[in-house]
Amino acid sequence: MPLLEVGSLTVDYPTSRGTIRAVEDISFSLRKGETLGLAGESGSGKSTLGLSIIRLVPYPGVIVKGHIKIDETDILKLPEDEMRFIRGRKAAYIFQDPMTSLNPVKKIGAHFVELIRTHEPSTGKEEAFERSKTVVENLGILSERINDYPHQFSGGMRQRIMIGLAIALNPGLVIADEPTTALDVIVQAKILDLLESLRKIYGMALILISHDLSIILERCDRIIVMYAGRIFEYATSTEIHKTSKHPYTQGLLQSIPNIELSDQRLAAIPGSPPNMLDPPKGCRFWPRCSYAMKICRVKEPDLIDVGRNHFVRCFLYGEEGVRVERNRKS
Amino acid sequence: MVRKVFVLSEIVKVEKLKKYFPVQKSFLEQLFTRELSYVKAVDEVTFSIRSGEIFTLAGESGCGKTTAGRVIVRLLEPTSGKIHFNGADITQLKGEKIRLLRRRMQMIFQDPYASLNPRMKVGDAVGHPLEIHGLAKGEEKRKAVLDVLDKVGLTPPEQFINLHPHQLSGGQRQRVALARSVILKPGFIVADEPVSMIDVSLRTTIIDLMLSFRKELGLTYLFITHDLAVAKYISNRIAIMYLGKIVEMCQKESLFLNPMHPYTQALLSAIPVPNPKRERKRIELTGEIPSAIDIPTGCRFHPRCSYRTDKCSEKEPQLIEVEKDHFVACHLMK
Amino acid sequence: MTKTKVKRSILARLIPGLTSLTKRGPSGWMVILGIIIVTAMVVVTVIGPWIAPHDPAKTNAHLIRKPPSFQFPMGTTHLGQDMLSRILCGGSIMLQVSALSVLVCFLIGVPLGLFSSYVGGIFDKVSSLVIDAIYAFPGLVIAIAISAMLGRGVVNMALSIAVVYIPSYFRVVRSQVLSIKELTYVEAARGIGAKWYTILFRYVFPNVIPSIVVVATINFADAILTAAGLTFIGLGVTIDIPDWGRDLTSGWQYLSSGAWWIITFPGLMVILLALGFTLIGEGLSELLNPKLQR
Repeated sequence: MPLLEVGSLTVDYPTSRGTIRAVEDISFSLRKGETLGLAGESGSGKSTLGLSIIRLVPYPGVIVKGHIKIDETDILKLPEDEMRFIRGRKAAYIFQDPMTSLNPVKKIGAHFVELIRTHEPSTGKEEAFERSKTVVENLGILSERINDYPHQFSGGMRQRIMIGLAIALNPGLVIADEPTTALDVIVQAKILDLLESLRKIYGMALILISHDLSIILERCDRIIVMYAGRIFEYATSTEIHKTSKHPYTQGLLQSIPNIELSDQRLAAIPGSPPNMLDPPKGCRFWPRCSYAMKICRVKEPDLIDVGRNHFVRCFLYGEEGVRVERNRKS
Repeated sequence: MVRKVFVLSEIVKVEKLKKYFPVQKSFLEQLFTRELSYVKAVDEVTFSIRSGEIFTLAGESGCGKTTAGRVIVRLLEPTSGKIHFNGADITQLKGEKIRLLRRRMQMIFQDPYASLNPRMKVGDAVGHPLEIHGLAKGEEKRKAVLDVLDKVGLTPPEQFINLHPHQLSGGQRQRVALARSVILKPGFIVADEPVSMIDVSLRTTIIDLMLSFRKELGLTYLFITHDLAVAKYISNRIAIMYLGKIVEMCQKESLFLNPMHPYTQALLSAIPVPNPKRERKRIELTGEIPSAIDIPTGCRFHPRCSYRTDKCSEKEPQLIEVEKDHFVACHLMK
Repeated sequence: MTKTKVKRSILARLIPGLTSLTKRGPSGWMVILGIIIVTAMVVVTVIGPWIAPHDPAKTNAHLIRKPPSFQFPMGTTHLGQDMLSRILCGGSIMLQVSALSVLVCFLIGVPLGLFSSYVGGIFDKVSSLVIDAIYAFPGLVIAIAISAMLGRGVVNMALSIAVVYIPSYFRVVRSQVLSIKELTYVEAARGIGAKWYTILFRYVFPNVIPSIVVVATINFADAILTAAGLTFIGLGVTIDIPDWGRDLTSGWQYLSSGAWWIITFPGLMVILLALGFTLIGEGLSELLNPKLQR
């Protein structure tokens, strides 16, 4: 029984210049304790997808289709006050910018205490405080600092506090949206290690959203590669690393500098991400794809299972396209 | 050994460069305390860049690399030290002379959304340097602009010439910024994190453009980045900065094959590698980067270093050539 | 560019610009409504004297304070003058004064603000001090004081109103320049070797213009009301020229005797004109600000 099940999710943003379909027909599932990486560039829809899972899509975004089941409950059908119960307790979200997400006039301890007592009103002040101290210690922050204010902490520490707030109630699912983008590489590694260790302690499932494919490959069990609101590839990280199928995924992998390789030849993906107000007809990627065929300009491919739980959306696979033997460039 | 290569001349030489920013004091502090405290962004840095090479200043935020870049092109005034460009001392230059210097040294900025004037068309922005320095006007200027826009891949250039920045994507804007910086055919370009704010799939294009311009125009680059993976791809030599000082400086290959400074080693071990199977041997660093106002005594890295000795907290290590063309500032290197 | 080319390019940008306003939500409609009102008022002012049914200055002793009727749709004044004709002819003074004062404000306040904030230093400190001092006074008080010094007439009225509003331009321009000065594209302009005045006029100023337009329209609205106020207390134009402000003054005296039409119609015109400009200003402000934030 999967912890999270998303089916045919579609999210639109109506704007004065037209409607942007940020996320289209997305389906996937997540089991307890698993890590899923959402990889994509700007406009891919990965952040919108993450926010949809806890129904926090910003105005004017609207979820127009699909279902999202957390522990078998379709949260899209819940009234708002029941949804608030889900947020924080069953599913938690770590926002991108830790600088502005904390209340500057509240002590760190107070953040935690308020969180615990809001969701578990029967908890006494003492007990809530003790629990807060435990969480803070697990974050690698000295427990004396529980009485400090947010501005007394550095960016990396604040991000840890954000993570702490997300896991304090032991939710089954945590969604981390670009948790390390604003941070330096050493702090970044520490934060990701922290997420990993907390995940093991509390047994949480994690959705990691990032444009940095290196982090996703390193840390996630399964990966969804998104482009212009669609899933282009969905497989385990090992599969994607060794045998990626979609030309976009391959293009991405070939454009990431890898410090472990010497004499790396980086290849660029020509063109730019599409204008979401007027995306290309057919496969959204065809203008930039070196394998684009006639059918790609006309029809959008379906998501196909190519074995080993590996899904691709590309006419190069399946019966409609032509199976092509390709040499993998390393 | 017979050297078939000409000795490369130094196009830029920086000697004991310092840039301090005074810290704003509150009114009460101004009344009661005499001493000024400074943010020591760049705290005595010495290096030279050889003609035709790509020299990278790398490090985490706050290390001073961006400030150093701006001081070298004189967008900021140095607090002390010397800057030599093409053999001439440019440290004390003012006003008009600095303006003329801009023909030879240019800068590319990090944020493509902020470095272009929203009210200027692409063609005007790219052609403006030619106009300022009186190098071309009218039809000649237009031709030059079309030519360089074509070279950076904004084709057809006639179409892009009339667009405004908000009509372009981040990657396209950065190409415009690149075009603007090379149109004068300068000898030296400082590129401050030119690809950090661009989508991953587009980074290679920009980097490749920079490399091809280097070939075509004989450019020298000072490349500033926090991303060592990109540094590995593009650089000839790399200098790692920490809290205003260079801690290690060497050829690119040496840095990755044989990193000597403990900070460099920790930095390299923290870089994510796109390989799920790989076992990471991460070097843990305690603490965080201290503030540049309150710099630790002795070696500024010592509070976080697992190899520290007593000497490290007392005396500041000098940048010494430990191996051929490999400089390290650490007391443990003997 | 030749004159025809300029006219054509302005029109070419105007029409798509106006139609695009309809798509920008309530703020866009505010601007359009404001433009319609102002244009209508200007047209009335320009062609008014041609279509006025009676001579607005002609007095008729036996027709004083007649209520609105078929012959005099807006009634007559205390001197027997036709209100409708006075309304049709009375706008020009007001518009002239306001337009002139806005122009003077713009020509003095904007350059001063630009230079002061860009140059900084002592000059900036002193200018800001002086400007703030003027700003601290209630507008009408200053206008009255200066108007009393200068005397009557359109130009003098315009000047006294201008002094009141120069600080607004100065402050808005200054705050914009101070923030734009720090932006990367200004630094980039220095990086390519631009001289300071090039940077100021081609990089800073064009990005300040949107906020100036907003100030100018609100200024216009305010100037109209101040001009009416000045005329109301008798510091405005001479008696024989038909003027809405003058009629406000005279209308006020006769309100209690029941002759409501003498003050109401000019009052409505003044309000309408001020409203038109305010709608444009507020609408533009809303349209421009969200874009700036993004």
